[in-house]
Amino acid sequence: MEKFTRLTAIAAALPIANVDTDKIIPSRFLKTIKRTGLGVHLFDPLRYRADGTENPDFVLNREPWRQAGILVADDNFGCGSSREHAPWSLMDFGIRCVIAPSFGDIFYNNSLKNGLLPIRLPRAMCERLMADAAMGGNAKFTVDLERQVIVRPNGEEIRFEFDPFRKRLLLEGLDDIGQTMAFSPAIDRFEERRRREWSWLPATTVA
Amino acid sequence: MPEMLSPVPRTLFDKIWESHVVERLPDGTCLLYIDRHLVHEVTSPQAFEGLTLAGRPVRRPDATIAVADHNIPTSDRRNGIAEAESRLQVETLEKNVVAFGVPYIPVLDDRQGIVHIIGPELGISLPGTTIVCGDSHTSTHGAVGALAFGIGTSEVEHVLATQTLLQRPAANMRIEVNGRLPPGCTAKDIILAIIGRIGTAGGTGHVIEYAGDTIRGLDMAGRMTVCNMSIEAGARAGLIAPDETTFAYVAGRPYAPKGEALDRAIAYWQTLPSDPGATFERTVTIDAGQLAPMVSWGTNPEAVVPVTGVVPDPSAEADPARRATFRRMLEYMDLKPGTKITDIPVDVVFIGSCTNSRIEDLREAARITRGRKVAAGVRALVVPGSGLIKKQAEAEGLDRVFKDAGFEWREAGCSMCLGMNPDKVPPGKRSASTSNRNFEGRQGPGARTHLLSPAMAAAAAIAGHFTDVREFS
Ligand code: SF4
Repeated sequence: MEKFTRLTAIAAALPIANVDTDKIIPSRFLKTIKRTGLGVHLFDPLRYRADGTENPDFVLNREPWRQAGILVADDNFGCGSSREHAPWSLMDFGIRCVIAPSFGDIFYNNSLKNGLLPIRLPRAMCERLMADAAMGGNAKFTVDLERQVIVRPNGEEIRFEFDPFRKRLLLEGLDDIGQTMAFSPAIDRFEERRRREWSWLPATTVA
Repeated sequence: MPEMLSPVPRTLFDKIWESHVVERLPDGTCLLYIDRHLVHEVTSPQAFEGLTLAGRPVRRPDATIAVADHNIPTSDRRNGIAEAESRLQVETLEKNVVAFGVPYIPVLDDRQGIVHIIGPELGISLPGTTIVCGDSHTSTHGAVGALAFGIGTSEVEHVLATQTLLQRPAANMRIEVNGRLPPGCTAKDIILAIIGRIGTAGGTGHVIEYAGDTIRGLDMAGRMTVCNMSIEAGARAGLIAPDETTFAYVAGRPYAPKGEALDRAIAYWQTLPSDPGATFERTVTIDAGQLAPMVSWGTNPEAVVPVTGVVPDPSAEADPARRATFRRMLEYMDLKPGTKITDIPVDVVFIGSCTNSRIEDLREAARITRGRKVAAGVRALVVPGSGLIKKQAEAEGLDRVFKDAGFEWREAGCSMCLGMNPDKVPPGKRSASTSNRNFEGRQGPGARTHLLSPAMAAAAAIAGHFTDVREFS
């Protein structure tokens, strides 16, 4: 997993509630067997017109937000499906941090596993950050995970809450599987006990 | 003898959770053991690739089962899959199951079908177990009293490698539905009404236990329809306490325990229902007697009204953000405020998906269809959820009822639920769909989706517009 420590970048505002995963990356682009290359399809329904040309009104099609590394979004961002293609496409585009009042649960989890930092902030604060983002190229944000602060373009620091366990994994770029492997003996013991106590549970290889 | 220490009352969710905790980390995150891992072609290739790169095996192939469903065409599949990318994804799955020794149900096998249909159907999904799949509608399996939830591809890889997941416990929410369901109303109308009430983020961070006498009275198919759409309310999972209906359903299924093992299992399953006095962070009560057949009008599943209603007026919304969302939805759906739902014409009717493609759903749709014809200009499809359901329906003559009326009768798969296989709703066309998501572009770019029950969908196919199913029966 890519580390997340500190990011200074332009932010783009996406003031739409309930941006679902079909809007982030429509299902017809899920046929890949790779994790990379999905950035061109990010927000396809919003970003492209029916004839395939760019919609000039969409924020990520405009300078300087083509270079955005941060997205400030609205309520329930990433609701819908479990497709990890959603964080993959955001990352592939260059976005490493999404700030929103709330997130779809699975999207939130998936982001953490890919080094994409999802930050929850109250709605009123997100609205202020959206206004900052509208200022464009001279208005960079800094997101500092170690200190759990967002530095607004005017220098004001906004604190955000973050799970300490997840914070450590992100800061060090540790992947979950490596962590869990350290618990192998505990998993072995658990399985042994279950085989005794849950002997009624058949294997999926029975039929 | 009364217990010396009266234990803290626990919910069904608490009990399943606690019986699967392998390790509790200092911050409360748990390493949770997974009993059943269902794998499909879309969200697994990158997970198997990860295992290969790290040189890791699948820890418990005997707790894993794979099937292809999202990508596959629903026409005759004996000649393979024409579309190259879809074919590559299915072939990749077929290679991976061989390389890692994972049980697989082949595309041409009768037992093939939508992963959330075949799990319960084959008895793979059992009460008291933890079930995961790289698909958000894994919540469906909660209907058997299992803790079942969708995961992303990194987590698929994590489960393949370790048979566990790192999870934080969810909050408990209870939705109680009581009263007699009015004629013409089904499990689909219950869950659409619930989402209409609590909203698409109403269950965020929670596991919903559905309870009350209306839920108790549902058959397993109806319970699965309800649990299926828990994710549409933002919940991590939906659950229904196992009872006699559950045990009768599970018994005799090919992957379920048998004989004495089944007796022991049932004795255990009977201990699972939430204890009296268990605490739920949130409780919602619904009066089933007040329900009517529902139709969605917007581009998220909370945008629903009774079929007797009209398209709502955004200017009546006080909150400016909601007003803007409403306007955008109406524009996408090409609808005018105040239009009667029954005046909206349909172009496509889709009866299928993991929400509503079980034999009970097909019987309901056939009951409305029998002896009638699909309206001119409407394309109507019935897509059974599995090969076994298809066979059963054919044995009952339902296929004839549909074909005689002008419906297409297709092979099992996700089909028109999502625009990944050849079954799509054309741009700008309006679809009446028994699936679970009406997001923009869900059924194909520019497609306009209205969610409803199988009976309501059949009625719409025949009338050529939405219509109150109660006037049909
Ligand atoms: S039928 Fe639809 S919702 Fe269900 S698994 Fe397939 S694509 Fe997902």
